[in-house]
Amino acid sequence: MADESRRRISVEQNGEVTVVRFADKRILDEQNIQVIGDQLFELVDIEGKQKILLDFESVEYLSSAALGKLITLNKKVKGIGGALKLSNIRPEIYEVFEITKLNKVFQIYDGFGDAMAAFAKA
Amino acid sequence: MERTDQAERTERFDGEFRFPSLLAEGQRAQRRLLDLLVPLEYDDRVLFGIKLAIEEALVNAIKHGNGLDASRFVHIRYRADRSQFWIEIEDEGEGFAPETVPDPTIPENIERPSGRGILLMRSFMTECTFVPPGNICRLFRVCD
Repeated sequence: MADESRRRISVEQNGEVTVVRFADKRILDEQNIQVIGDQLFELVDIEGKQKILLDFESVEYLSSAALGKLITLNKKVKGIGGALKLSNIRPEIYEVFEITKLNKVFQIYDGFGDAMAAFAKA
Repeated sequence: MERTDQAERTERFDGEFRFPSLLAEGQRAQRRLLDLLVPLEYDDRVLFGIKLAIEEALVNAIKHGNGLDASRFVHIRYRADRSQFWIEIEDEGEGFAPETVPDPTIPENIERPSGRGILLMRSFMTECTFVPPGNICRLFRVCD
């Protein structure tokens, strides 16, 4: 129970943008992914955050279950008129997005600064 | 030097084991397998693909094959050396027809939350096959 409640994400407010970073290098474990998903969804469902940036700098592995959570999060954010952006994705993980064609679904930026600039332009 | 000596001593290994269909047990199995690969010094990209494929195959076996039933087991058989990696992951379920799994990349499926595991296994491994009736997943990767 203690593990389940441990924060898997760090959240920082940068102006209107909610910046999320991941505590785990490997977002593979199904149980972990469920908790991460819940913590991400709270940002929208409970806190009403409309501009969310997921920074993947520390993430080394990502499974398909994690992609599913990102898809759901993207729908939720868009559902309240907001935008979700992703940044700092390693080449191997970006390949996962390319193979699944999710690079066409998500707004993905090379660096944190690029993503923040994109929020500012919108 | 020590690591190279160890790798040379551990040029090839094979084995089998089983575990009950619990996700935590799947994680332990995955760590056990990946620890075995360390002395083989695979390229980072190869290792990334193997890790991802093993994760997808194990979760499929636990969740879809065995229905998260802890009384059912997932059976693992593996062989590895410096040039290739082979693993069989068998569940105790009824199997399935992989050709019936919808293409997750077409527009009507692209935003489904699941259904990408097989695509990723096929993309990151040299071969990914399902032995009829579909409850045995074979993964093979050329590693050199």
